[in-house]
Amino acid sequence: MSNYAKAANLGLTNIWVAFASFAVAALLGLYQVVERIDLVPALKSPELYFGSVSTHGVLMGFVLTTFFIVGFGYYTASTSLKQEVWNKPLAWFGFWLCLIGVVLAAVPLLTGNASVLYTFYPPLMAHPSFYIGAALLVVGSWVWCLEMVVMLAIWKKAHPGETVPLAMYGTTANAILWFITSLGVASEVLFQLIPWSLGIIDTVDVGLARTLFSWTLHAIVYFWLFPAYIALYTLVPKAAGGKLFSDQMGRFAFIMLLVFSVPIGFHHLYMDPFQAAGWKFLHMTGTFMVAVPTLITGFTVIASLEVAGRMRGGKGLFGWIGALPWGNPIVLAALLAMLMLIFGGFGGMINASYSMNAMVHNTQWVTGHFHLIFAGTTVIMYFGAAYYLWPKMTGKALSSVKLANTQLWLWFIGMLVLTLPWHQLGIAGQPRRISSTPYDESLVQSWLTSEALMIIGGLILFLSALMLVIVLFKTHGNSLVAENREVEYAESLHPVQRMPHLMNSFGFWVGLIVVYMVASYGYPILQFFLLETHGTVPWSI
Amino acid sequence: MRDPFKAICDDELERRWIWISLIMAFVMGGLLGVYAVASNMHPPSNVETIDSSRLHLSEEFAEDNLGIKENADGSLTVTMVAARYGFYPPVVEVPVNTPVKFRVASADVLHGFHVPFTNATTMIVPGYISEVNTSFPTEGEYSFLCNEYCGLGHDSMWSRLVVVPKSAGGNS
Repeated sequence: MSNYAKAANLGLTNIWVAFASFAVAALLGLYQVVERIDLVPALKSPELYFGSVSTHGVLMGFVLTTFFIVGFGYYTASTSLKQEVWNKPLAWFGFWLCLIGVVLAAVPLLTGNASVLYTFYPPLMAHPSFYIGAALLVVGSWVWCLEMVVMLAIWKKAHPGETVPLAMYGTTANAILWFITSLGVASEVLFQLIPWSLGIIDTVDVGLARTLFSWTLHAIVYFWLFPAYIALYTLVPKAAGGKLFSDQMGRFAFIMLLVFSVPIGFHHLYMDPFQAAGWKFLHMTGTFMVAVPTLITGFTVIASLEVAGRMRGGKGLFGWIGALPWGNPIVLAALLAMLMLIFGGFGGMINASYSMNAMVHNTQWVTGHFHLIFAGTTVIMYFGAAYYLWPKMTGKALSSVKLANTQLWLWFIGMLVLTLPWHQLGIAGQPRRISSTPYDESLVQSWLTSEALMIIGGLILFLSALMLVIVLFKTHGNSLVAENREVEYAESLHPVQRMPHLMNSFGFWVGLIVVYMVASYGYPILQFFLLETHGTVPWSI
Repeated sequence: MRDPFKAICDDELERRWIWISLIMAFVMGGLLGVYAVASNMHPPSNVETIDSSRLHLSEEFAEDNLGIKENADGSLTVTMVAARYGFYPPVVEVPVNTPVKFRVASADVLHGFHVPFTNATTMIVPGYISEVNTSFPTEGEYSFLCNEYCGLGHDSMWSRLVVVPKSAGGNS
C-alpha cells in the first residue's frame, strides 16, 4: 500500500510521540503510588509529588490522547476513503505546532513551575509558558480537525450519493466533537489564564474559568474514547473472523455521542456553588442520555463478537466466547476493554447522579473510575489498535504476538488491582490529589490494605507499559515482513439497505449541538457578566 | 404502532435493546429527579458572590462571627472560612439529627470540604459563598477534610466535626 506511505509516516510519528509520553507518564504513576502512602520516608516531597501528578495528567490526558487520535485519524481517513491525506505540509505543520506546545508546557512542568494539575485550577498560577504550550497543543489539533472535514468533503464530491465508510464517519464526528468541545478550554486559556499570567489582567473569575473548563471536561473523554469505539466497530469484528452486527447502529451511536457529550459538563460542577441547581439537573439528564450510545455500543460489539465466534464454529449459549481468537491482540484488547467498561460504567452512573455524587465527589473513587474507563477501556484499545496497525504501517510483522498478548493481560490485571481498591478508598473517605496521609489514625488504618494493592497494581502497569514500547520498537527492526498490509474494515452483517441522509452527513447535527449548547451553557456563562462578581488575584502553589 | 427506530435499524433484537437503553436512562434520571424534589436534596448551588480578598471586612465572615449560631426554628448555621491550610473554626460541634446549614468562604484559592461517610461536601471557590444543608444521624468524631488541591500543604488541611447527643447542645 505504498499509496498511503505518507499517511503511515504521519500515523507512526504521531503515535510514537503518544507512546513515548505514555511511557514517561507510566513511570511517574509508579512513583506516585509509592510516594502517596508514606511508604518510603525519603521519597516524601509534596513539590515532587504534585509536579509529578501534574505532568502525569498532562502527558496521559492531553499528549498521549491527542497524538494518538491524530495519528490514528490520518491513517484511518486515508485507508477507509482510499485517498491521500489532503495538504500534507499542513498536516505536518499541525504536528509541529502540537509538539512545540508540548515542549513549552513540559519545561515549567518538569521544573515544578506548573504544579497546578492538568485541570489548571486557577487561582493557583503556573508559568505563562505552560498555558501557552497548552494553547498551541489545542490549536495544532484543530489542524487535524480541518483535515478530516476537508478529506471527507473531497471524498463526497468524488462519490456522490455513496455511503461514507463507518470508520471515516466516526473519525469526522470526533474531529467535529473535539473542535466544539475544545472551544471551552481554549477560551479559558486565551482570554483568562494567559493574559492573567502575563500580568495584562489582574484577576480571574474562578467561577467563569471553571464553567468554561467544564465545557471541555466531559466531551474530552469522548474525544479520547472515539478511536476505541471506531476500532471496536470497524476493525475488531473482521479481525475476530466475523462481521459487524449493524453499520447503522454504529452511526447512530456516533451521532448520539456527538450531540449529547458536550452540553453536559456540569456534572463536573455538581459541588460548585456558582451554578444553580436547575442547570445541574438539566446537565444530569443529558448525562444519562449519553449512556445510551455506550449501551448500544456494548450490544453491537458483543453481538458482532458472537457472530464471529459462531462463524468460527462456537456452539451453545456461551460456546462462541471460547471460539474467539483470544490470541489476536486487537480481539483480546477488545474483550478486556468491554469487561473494564462494564465495571467502569457502574461507577459512572453513581458519579453522574445528582445526589449520590456527594458521597464520592473528589475522593479516590473518582480517580478509580476514570482510570478504569480511560486508562482501562480506552487506552487498552489504543494498544490493540497499535498492534493491529504497526505491521500495516511499517510493513514488518509484529515482533512478538505472545509478548503483545501478555502485555494486554498485564494491563488488564494491573488496572483492576489498581482501580478496584481505589473505589474502596473513596468510599472510605480518602481524598484524591493528596501526597501523604497525615489524617486520623482510624481512618488511615482502614486504607492500608487497598493502598498495598494499589502499589502492586502500579508495578504491574509499569511493567506492561515497558512491554508495549519494546514490542512496537522491535517491530521496526523485524526481518519478517507483514503478511497483509491492507487495513480490513468490517462488513456489516445486515447489508446497508438505505442510509438516511441524516446518518451520512453532519450539518443538521452541528446545528442541533449549537442550539443545545446555547440552551445549556448560554445563561450559565452570561450570568458571570450580570452578577456582581469579584475576580481573584494569582496565588503561587 | 410503528417503531420509530425501524427507519435506522433493521434488526428486531437491536431495536428492542435501544428501547431498553432509553428506558433505563429515563428511569434512572427520573428516580433522581423524584428524590431531588421529594426530599429537597440538591447539591450546593446557592450562587452568591463575595470578595474573597476582603472577607475580614465582610460582616458575615469577619473573625468574630465565625462558628455556630442557632436559628429561631432550632436549626443551626455554621459559618466558616477556608484558608491555606486550615478551616476556621477548627473544631465544630453539632447535635445529632439537627438541620445544619454550613456557609463557607475561601480567603485565597480553591478548597473543598468532605466529611467522610456523610453527604456533607462542597467545593469552596474564591469569589463565591458555598452553602450546604444537611444533618448528621450518627454521633461520633468525624474528620473534616479539604478535598481539593489547594497548594503544597493541601494534605495537612483538615479539622474536626463532632456530632454530640442532642441534650449536650452545640458549640464551637
